[in-house]
Amino acid sequence: MNPLAYGLLFVVVAPIFGGLLAGVDRIVSARMQGRIGPPLLQPFYDVGKLFQKEARQVNPVVEPLLLGHVGFMAAAGALALGGTDLIFIAFVFALAALCLVLAAGSVNSPYSFAGAERELVVLLASEPFFILMLAAICKVTSASTFAGVLASPVMVALELPGVLLAFLFVATIKLRKSPFDISTSHHPHQELVNGLTSDMSGRLLAYVEMAHWYESALLCAFVVLFFNWSVPLGLLAFAIAYGLEVLVDNSTSRAKWQLVLRSTWAVTLLFTGGNVLALFLLGR
Amino acid sequence: MPMSLFKRSPWILHYDGSSCNGCDIEVLACLTPLYDVERFGVVNTGNPKHADILLVTGSVNERNIEIIQNLYRQMPDPKVVVAVGACACSGGIFARAYNIQGGIDQVVPVDVYVPGCAARPESIIDGVVSGIAALEQKRKRSA
Repeated sequence: MNPLAYGLLFVVVAPIFGGLLAGVDRIVSARMQGRIGPPLLQPFYDVGKLFQKEARQVNPVVEPLLLGHVGFMAAAGALALGGTDLIFIAFVFALAALCLVLAAGSVNSPYSFAGAERELVVLLASEPFFILMLAAICKVTSASTFAGVLASPVMVALELPGVLLAFLFVATIKLRKSPFDISTSHHPHQELVNGLTSDMSGRLLAYVEMAHWYESALLCAFVVLFFNWSVPLGLLAFAIAYGLEVLVDNSTSRAKWQLVLRSTWAVTLLFTGGNVLALFLLGR
Repeated sequence: MPMSLFKRSPWILHYDGSSCNGCDIEVLACLTPLYDVERFGVVNTGNPKHADILLVTGSVNERNIEIIQNLYRQMPDPKVVVAVGACACSGGIFARAYNIQGGIDQVVPVDVYVPGCAARPESIIDGVVSGIAALEQKRKRSA
Protein backbone atom coordinates (compact mmCIF):
# COMPACT_ATOMS: atom_id res chain seq x y z
CA MET A 1 0.00 0.00 0.00
CA ASN A 2 1.39 3.42 -0.84
CA PRO A 3 1.70 6.20 1.79
CA LEU A 4 -1.14 8.23 0.24
CA ALA A 5 -3.53 5.32 0.86
CA TYR A 6 -2.41 5.20 4.52
CA GLY A 7 -3.12 8.93 4.81
CA LEU A 8 -6.63 8.54 3.34
CA LEU A 9 -7.21 5.52 5.58
CA PHE A 10 -6.43 7.70 8.62
CA VAL A 11 -9.02 10.30 7.56
CA VAL A 12 -11.71 7.59 7.38
CA VAL A 13 -10.74 5.24 10.22
CA ALA A 14 -9.47 7.73 12.85
CA PRO A 15 -12.92 9.21 13.71
CA ILE A 16 -14.35 5.69 14.13
CA PHE A 17 -11.41 4.77 16.36
CA GLY A 18 -11.61 8.03 18.33
CA GLY A 19 -15.39 7.81 18.75
CA LEU A 20 -15.26 4.22 19.99
CA LEU A 21 -12.43 5.18 22.35
CA ALA A 22 -14.58 8.01 23.75
CA GLY A 23 -17.43 5.50 24.17
CA VAL A 24 -15.21 3.06 26.05
CA ASP A 25 -13.89 5.97 28.11
CA ARG A 26 -17.42 6.94 29.23
CA ILE A 27 -18.33 3.34 30.12
CA VAL A 28 -15.09 2.78 32.07
CA SER A 29 -15.52 6.14 33.87
CA ALA A 30 -19.11 5.20 34.78
CA ARG A 31 -18.02 1.80 36.10
CA MET A 32 -15.35 3.48 38.23
CA GLN A 33 -18.17 5.57 39.73
CA GLY A 34 -20.38 2.53 40.35
CA ARG A 35 -22.69 3.26 37.40
CA ILE A 36 -23.54 1.30 34.25
CA GLY A 37 -22.86 4.18 31.87
CA PRO A 38 -24.05 5.00 28.35
CA PRO A 39 -24.00 2.67 25.30
CA LEU A 40 -20.67 2.20 23.51
CA LEU A 41 -21.88 4.23 20.51
CA GLN A 42 -23.03 7.19 22.66
CA PRO A 43 -20.39 9.64 21.27
CA PHE A 44 -21.69 8.96 17.74
CA TYR A 45 -25.31 9.52 18.87
CA ASP A 46 -24.24 12.80 20.49
CA VAL A 47 -22.42 14.09 17.42
CA GLY A 48 -25.25 12.91 15.13
CA LYS A 49 -27.77 14.77 17.27
CA LEU A 50 -25.63 17.92 17.28
CA PHE A 51 -25.78 17.92 13.46
CA GLN A 52 -29.61 17.79 13.67
CA LYS A 53 -29.71 20.73 16.06
CA GLU A 54 -29.69 24.43 15.27
CA ALA A 55 -26.18 25.91 15.09
CA ARG A 56 -26.26 29.46 16.47
CA GLN A 57 -23.69 31.45 14.52
CA VAL A 58 -22.32 33.92 17.04
CA ASN A 59 -20.10 35.54 14.41
CA PRO A 60 -19.02 34.66 10.86
CA VAL A 61 -15.52 33.38 11.72
CA VAL A 62 -16.31 30.65 14.25
CA GLU A 63 -17.47 28.03 11.76
CA PRO A 64 -14.56 28.41 9.26
CA LEU A 65 -12.08 28.32 12.16
CA LEU A 66 -13.67 25.18 13.61
CA LEU A 67 -13.65 23.54 10.17
CA GLY A 68 -9.96 24.45 10.11
CA HIS A 69 -9.59 22.83 13.53
CA VAL A 70 -11.03 19.51 12.29
CA GLY A 71 -9.30 19.81 8.93
CA PHE A 72 -5.80 20.46 10.28
CA MET A 73 -6.21 17.78 12.95
CA ALA A 74 -7.20 15.24 10.26
CA ALA A 75 -4.41 16.54 8.02
CA ALA A 76 -1.82 16.15 10.80
CA GLY A 77 -2.64 12.45 11.11
CA ALA A 78 -3.04 11.90 7.38
CA LEU A 79 0.29 13.60 6.63
CA ALA A 80 2.02 11.62 9.40
CA LEU A 81 0.85 8.29 8.02
CA GLY A 82 1.22 9.59 4.46
CA GLY A 83 4.99 9.90 4.87
CA THR A 84 5.54 13.60 5.62
CA ASP A 85 8.40 14.75 7.81
CA LEU A 86 7.42 14.18 11.47
CA ILE A 87 8.64 17.60 12.66
CA PHE A 88 6.22 19.18 10.17
CA ILE A 89 3.39 17.18 11.82
CA ALA A 90 4.09 18.90 15.14
CA PHE A 91 3.45 22.27 13.48
CA VAL A 92 0.24 21.16 11.73
CA PHE A 93 -0.90 19.73 15.07
CA ALA A 94 -0.21 23.09 16.76
CA LEU A 95 -2.00 24.95 13.95
CA ALA A 96 -5.12 22.81 14.49
CA ALA A 97 -5.07 23.66 18.20
CA LEU A 98 -4.58 27.34 17.38
CA CYS A 99 -7.73 27.34 15.18
CA LEU A 100 -9.78 26.25 18.21
CA VAL A 101 -8.23 28.98 20.39
CA LEU A 102 -9.03 31.63 17.75
CA ALA A 103 -12.61 30.36 17.35
CA ALA A 104 -13.24 30.40 21.11
CA GLY A 105 -11.49 33.75 21.55
CA SER A 106 -13.52 35.44 18.79
CA VAL A 107 -16.84 35.29 20.65
CA ASN A 108 -18.18 37.64 23.33
CA SER A 109 -18.79 35.04 26.03
CA PRO A 110 -16.37 35.62 28.92
CA TYR A 111 -16.39 31.88 29.67
CA SER A 112 -15.33 31.05 26.15
CA PHE A 113 -12.70 33.79 26.14
CA ALA A 114 -11.24 32.67 29.47
CA GLY A 115 -11.24 29.11 28.09
CA ALA A 116 -9.29 30.32 25.04
CA GLU A 117 -6.71 32.03 27.26
CA ARG A 118 -6.28 28.88 29.31
CA GLU A 119 -5.98 26.79 26.15
CA LEU A 120 -3.12 29.07 25.07
CA VAL A 121 -1.44 28.34 28.41
CA VAL A 122 -1.74 24.58 27.95
CA LEU A 123 -0.46 24.93 24.36
CA LEU A 124 2.50 26.84 25.77
CA ALA A 125 3.03 23.94 28.16
CA SER A 126 2.60 21.08 25.70
CA GLU A 127 3.65 22.15 22.19
CA PRO A 128 7.40 22.55 22.83
CA PHE A 129 7.37 18.99 24.13
CA PHE A 130 5.85 17.55 20.95
CA ILE A 131 8.54 19.17 18.81
CA LEU A 132 11.25 17.89 21.19
CA MET A 133 9.70 14.42 21.27
CA LEU A 134 9.44 14.05 17.50
CA ALA A 135 12.95 15.49 17.03
CA ALA A 136 14.34 13.00 19.56
CA ILE A 137 12.54 10.08 17.87
CA CYS A 138 13.87 11.16 14.46
CA LYS A 139 17.37 11.54 15.92
CA VAL A 140 17.62 8.11 17.55
CA THR A 141 16.12 6.25 14.59
CA SER A 142 17.90 8.37 11.92
CA ALA A 143 14.53 8.48 10.14
CA SER A 144 12.24 11.42 9.42
CA THR A 145 8.95 9.76 8.52
CA PHE A 146 6.41 7.51 10.26
CA ALA A 147 7.22 4.52 8.05
CA GLY A 148 10.94 5.22 8.49
CA VAL A 149 10.67 5.08 12.28
CA LEU A 150 8.64 1.85 12.10
CA ALA A 151 11.27 0.31 9.80
CA SER A 152 14.17 1.36 12.03
CA PRO A 153 15.95 -1.43 13.95
CA VAL A 154 16.32 0.93 16.94
CA MET A 155 13.74 0.28 19.70
CA VAL A 156 12.59 3.83 20.46
CA ALA A 157 10.96 3.16 23.86
CA LEU A 158 14.20 1.59 25.13
CA GLU A 159 16.26 4.55 23.91
CA LEU A 160 13.80 7.23 25.05
CA PRO A 161 12.02 5.94 28.19
CA GLY A 162 12.15 9.42 29.76
CA VAL A 163 10.50 10.98 26.71
CA LEU A 164 7.78 8.30 26.84
CA LEU A 165 7.05 9.15 30.50
CA ALA A 166 6.89 12.85 29.66
CA PHE A 167 4.55 12.01 26.76
CA LEU A 168 2.15 10.25 29.16
CA PHE A 169 2.17 13.41 31.28
CA VAL A 170 1.47 15.73 28.34
CA ALA A 171 -1.18 13.36 26.92
CA THR A 172 -3.32 14.20 29.98
CA ILE A 173 -3.48 17.76 28.66
CA LYS A 174 -4.21 16.71 25.08
CA LEU A 175 -6.91 14.22 26.08
CA ARG A 176 -8.52 16.97 28.22
CA LYS A 177 -8.36 14.88 31.36
CA SER A 178 -8.42 16.11 34.94
CA PRO A 179 -6.31 17.61 36.59
CA PHE A 180 -5.28 19.36 33.35
CA ASP A 181 -8.72 20.00 31.79
CA ILE A 182 -8.57 23.69 32.65
CA SER A 183 -9.72 25.11 29.30
CA THR A 184 -12.76 22.91 28.69
CA SER A 185 -14.15 19.70 30.00
CA HIS A 186 -16.45 16.86 29.09
CA HIS A 187 -17.89 17.14 32.55
CA PRO A 188 -20.44 19.85 33.28
CA HIS A 189 -20.44 22.45 36.05
CA GLN A 190 -16.87 23.53 35.96
CA GLU A 191 -16.13 27.11 36.91
CA LEU A 192 -16.08 28.16 33.23
CA VAL A 193 -19.39 26.45 32.22
CA ASN A 194 -17.83 24.60 29.25
CA GLY A 195 -14.86 26.94 28.72
CA LEU A 196 -13.75 26.91 25.08
CA THR A 197 -16.99 25.39 23.80
CA SER A 198 -19.41 27.50 25.87
CA ASP A 199 -20.67 29.45 22.86
CA MET A 200 -20.65 26.62 20.32
CA SER A 201 -23.94 24.92 19.57
CA GLY A 202 -25.17 22.28 17.13
CA ARG A 203 -22.71 21.23 14.45
CA LEU A 204 -20.10 23.73 15.69
CA LEU A 205 -19.75 21.64 18.85
CA ALA A 206 -19.81 18.48 16.73
CA TYR A 207 -16.70 19.73 14.83
CA VAL A 208 -14.83 20.14 18.12
CA GLU A 209 -15.82 16.63 19.18
CA MET A 210 -14.73 15.14 15.84
CA ALA A 211 -11.42 16.96 15.98
CA HIS A 212 -10.91 15.40 19.40
CA TRP A 213 -11.45 11.94 17.86
CA TYR A 214 -8.74 12.67 15.29
CA GLU A 215 -6.50 13.99 18.05
CA SER A 216 -6.93 10.78 20.09
CA ALA A 217 -6.03 8.69 17.03
CA LEU A 218 -2.95 10.84 16.38
CA LEU A 219 -1.83 10.45 20.01
CA CYS A 220 -2.27 6.69 19.56
CA ALA A 221 -0.04 6.89 16.46
CA PHE A 222 2.59 8.72 18.56
CA VAL A 223 2.55 5.90 21.13
CA VAL A 224 3.04 3.39 18.29
CA LEU A 225 6.15 5.40 17.26
CA PHE A 226 7.68 4.58 20.66
CA PHE A 227 6.99 0.86 20.24
CA ASN A 228 8.18 0.83 16.64
CA TRP A 229 9.26 -2.83 16.62
CA SER A 230 5.69 -4.10 17.08
CA VAL A 231 2.50 -2.20 16.18
CA PRO A 232 0.21 -4.46 18.30
CA LEU A 233 2.49 -3.80 21.30
CA GLY A 234 2.17 -0.07 20.62
CA LEU A 235 -1.63 -0.35 20.54
CA LEU A 236 -1.57 -2.33 23.80
CA ALA A 237 0.66 0.33 25.37
CA PHE A 238 -1.80 3.01 24.24
CA ALA A 239 -4.70 1.04 25.77
CA ILE A 240 -2.85 0.78 29.11
CA ALA A 241 -1.86 4.48 28.99
CA TYR A 242 -5.46 5.49 28.21
CA GLY A 243 -6.74 3.36 31.11
CA LEU A 244 -4.34 5.18 33.42
CA GLU A 245 -5.54 8.54 32.06
CA VAL A 246 -9.17 7.61 32.84
CA LEU A 247 -8.14 6.55 36.36
CA VAL A 248 -6.29 9.84 36.92
CA ASP A 249 -9.27 11.74 35.44
CA ASN A 250 -11.62 10.13 37.97
CA SER A 251 -9.38 10.49 40.99
CA THR A 252 -8.02 14.04 40.78
CA SER A 253 -9.52 17.51 40.87
CA ARG A 254 -8.77 20.29 38.40
CA ALA A 255 -5.44 22.11 38.88
CA LYS A 256 -4.79 25.83 38.53
CA TRP A 257 -3.12 26.96 35.30
CA GLN A 258 0.11 27.94 37.06
CA LEU A 259 0.54 24.38 38.32
CA VAL A 260 -0.25 22.94 34.88
CA LEU A 261 2.35 25.13 33.17
CA ARG A 262 5.10 24.70 35.76
CA SER A 263 4.64 20.96 36.28
CA THR A 264 4.51 20.26 32.54
CA TRP A 265 7.66 22.24 31.85
CA ALA A 266 9.42 20.69 34.85
CA VAL A 267 8.48 17.13 33.87
CA THR A 268 9.17 17.53 30.16
CA LEU A 269 12.49 19.32 30.75
CA LEU A 270 13.60 16.84 33.39
CA PHE A 271 12.62 13.65 31.57
CA THR A 272 13.03 14.69 27.93
CA GLY A 273 16.13 16.82 28.49
CA GLY A 274 17.63 14.25 30.87
CA ASN A 275 16.96 11.44 28.44
CA VAL A 276 18.48 13.27 25.47
CA LEU A 277 21.46 14.39 27.59
CA ALA A 278 22.05 10.81 28.77
CA LEU A 279 22.07 9.57 25.17
CA PHE A 280 24.51 12.36 24.24
CA LEU A 281 26.84 11.43 27.12
CA LEU A 282 26.63 7.76 26.16
CA GLY A 283 27.72 8.84 22.70
CA ARG A 284 24.66 7.70 20.71
CA MET B 1 -34.38 13.44 7.32
CA PRO B 2 -32.48 10.56 8.95
CA MET B 3 -33.70 8.91 12.13
CA SER B 4 -33.73 11.39 14.97
CA LEU B 5 -30.96 11.01 17.52
CA PHE B 6 -32.56 13.31 20.09
CA LYS B 7 -34.08 10.37 21.92
CA ARG B 8 -30.63 8.81 22.29
CA SER B 9 -28.86 11.95 23.42
CA PRO B 10 -31.05 14.38 25.41
CA TRP B 11 -28.86 16.97 27.09
CA ILE B 12 -30.43 18.69 30.06
CA LEU B 13 -30.05 22.15 31.58
CA HIS B 14 -31.27 22.20 35.18
CA TYR B 15 -32.44 25.53 36.60
CA ASP B 16 -33.53 26.00 40.20
CA GLY B 17 -36.21 28.73 40.46
CA SER B 18 -37.60 29.31 43.97
CA SER B 19 -37.30 25.67 44.91
CA CYS B 20 -36.97 24.43 48.50
CA ASN B 21 -34.23 22.15 47.02
CA GLY B 22 -36.30 19.01 47.56
CA CYS B 23 -36.84 18.55 43.80
CA ASP B 24 -33.22 19.56 43.06
CA ILE B 25 -31.96 16.76 45.25
CA GLU B 26 -34.25 14.33 43.44
CA VAL B 27 -33.00 15.63 40.05
CA LEU B 28 -29.41 15.03 41.13
CA ALA B 29 -30.43 11.62 42.50
CA CYS B 30 -31.25 10.67 38.88
CA LEU B 31 -27.52 10.96 38.07
CA THR B 32 -26.38 8.73 40.93
CA PRO B 33 -25.58 5.00 40.54
CA LEU B 34 -29.10 3.99 41.68
CA TYR B 35 -30.88 5.66 38.70
CA ASP B 36 -27.91 6.49 36.40
CA VAL B 37 -29.73 8.39 33.63
CA GLU B 38 -26.48 8.53 31.63
CA ARG B 39 -27.50 4.97 30.58
CA PHE B 40 -29.95 6.71 28.24
CA GLY B 41 -27.42 9.26 26.99
CA VAL B 42 -28.70 12.00 29.30
CA VAL B 43 -26.07 14.61 30.14
CA ASN B 44 -26.59 17.35 32.74
CA THR B 45 -24.81 20.08 30.74
CA GLY B 46 -25.11 23.30 32.74
CA ASN B 47 -24.80 25.21 29.45
CA PRO B 48 -27.97 26.47 27.66
CA LYS B 49 -26.22 26.48 24.27
CA HIS B 50 -25.62 22.72 24.51
CA ALA B 51 -28.99 21.80 26.03
CA ASP B 52 -32.09 20.21 24.48
CA ILE B 53 -34.28 20.12 27.59
CA LEU B 54 -34.71 22.93 30.13
CA LEU B 55 -35.62 21.26 33.41
CA VAL B 56 -36.93 23.76 35.94
CA THR B 57 -37.62 23.11 39.61
CA GLY B 58 -39.35 25.63 41.87
CA SER B 59 -41.70 28.48 41.02
CA VAL B 60 -41.04 31.78 39.26
CA ASN B 61 -40.33 34.81 41.43
CA GLU B 62 -39.88 38.48 40.51
CA ARG B 63 -36.10 38.16 40.37
CA ASN B 64 -35.72 35.12 38.11
CA ILE B 65 -38.25 35.90 35.34
CA GLU B 66 -35.54 37.37 33.12
CA ILE B 67 -33.07 34.61 33.95
CA ILE B 68 -35.48 31.84 32.93
CA GLN B 69 -36.45 33.67 29.74
CA ASN B 70 -32.81 34.36 28.93
CA LEU B 71 -31.81 30.70 29.41
CA TYR B 72 -34.75 29.63 27.24
CA ARG B 73 -33.78 32.05 24.45
CA GLN B 74 -30.13 30.92 24.56
CA MET B 75 -31.08 27.30 23.85
CA PRO B 76 -30.87 26.34 20.16
CA ASP B 77 -33.93 24.71 18.52
CA PRO B 78 -35.50 22.22 18.92
CA LYS B 79 -35.95 22.61 22.68
CA VAL B 80 -38.51 21.69 25.33
CA VAL B 81 -39.23 22.77 28.88
CA VAL B 82 -40.00 20.27 31.66
CA ALA B 83 -41.49 21.70 34.87
CA VAL B 84 -40.54 19.44 37.77
CA GLY B 85 -42.54 19.46 41.01
CA ALA B 86 -45.65 21.16 42.30
CA CYS B 87 -43.98 24.59 42.53
CA ALA B 88 -42.71 24.55 38.95
CA CYS B 89 -46.13 23.37 37.72
CA SER B 90 -48.34 25.87 39.55
CA GLY B 91 -46.40 27.75 42.22
CA GLY B 92 -47.20 25.04 44.78
CA ILE B 93 -47.59 26.03 48.41
CA PHE B 94 -45.76 29.30 47.63
CA ALA B 95 -48.32 30.30 44.96
CA ARG B 96 -49.92 33.02 47.09
CA ALA B 97 -46.64 34.47 48.38
CA TYR B 98 -46.10 38.18 47.58
CA ASN B 99 -43.00 37.60 45.40
CA ILE B 100 -44.21 34.54 43.48
CA GLN B 101 -45.55 34.75 39.91
CA GLY B 102 -46.71 31.12 39.77
CA GLY B 103 -45.61 28.14 37.68
CA ILE B 104 -42.91 28.20 35.00
CA ASP B 105 -45.61 28.42 32.29
CA GLN B 106 -46.15 32.05 33.35
CA VAL B 107 -42.87 33.04 31.63
CA VAL B 108 -41.85 30.32 29.11
CA PRO B 109 -43.94 27.69 27.26
CA VAL B 110 -43.89 24.42 29.22
CA ASP B 111 -44.17 21.09 27.37
CA VAL B 112 -44.21 18.59 30.23
CA TYR B 113 -45.51 18.92 33.79
CA VAL B 114 -44.08 16.52 36.40
CA PRO B 115 -46.19 16.56 39.58
CA GLY B 116 -45.01 15.71 43.08
CA CYS B 117 -43.69 17.36 46.24
CA ALA B 118 -40.93 16.47 45.90
CA ALA B 119 -41.15 14.80 42.48
CA ARG B 120 -39.78 11.23 42.65
CA PRO B 121 -36.72 10.39 40.51
CA GLU B 122 -38.83 7.83 38.62
CA SER B 123 -41.38 10.48 37.67
CA ILE B 124 -38.61 12.96 36.71
CA ILE B 125 -37.12 10.36 34.35
CA ASP B 126 -40.64 9.70 33.03
CA GLY B 127 -41.06 13.45 32.47
CA VAL B 128 -37.77 13.64 30.56
CA VAL B 129 -38.91 10.72 28.35
CA SER B 130 -42.15 12.61 27.61
CA GLY B 131 -39.99 15.67 26.93
CA ILE B 132 -38.01 13.69 24.35
CA ALA B 133 -41.28 12.80 22.57
CA ALA B 134 -42.21 16.51 22.51
CA LEU B 135 -38.71 17.32 21.22
CA GLU B 136 -39.23 14.82 18.41
CA GLN B 137 -42.57 16.41 17.44
CA LYS B 138 -40.98 19.87 17.33
CA ARG B 139 -38.13 18.61 15.17
CA LYS B 140 -40.58 17.07 12.68
CA ARG B 141 -42.59 20.28 12.56
CA SER B 142 -39.52 22.41 11.83
CA ALA B 143 -38.03 19.95 9.28
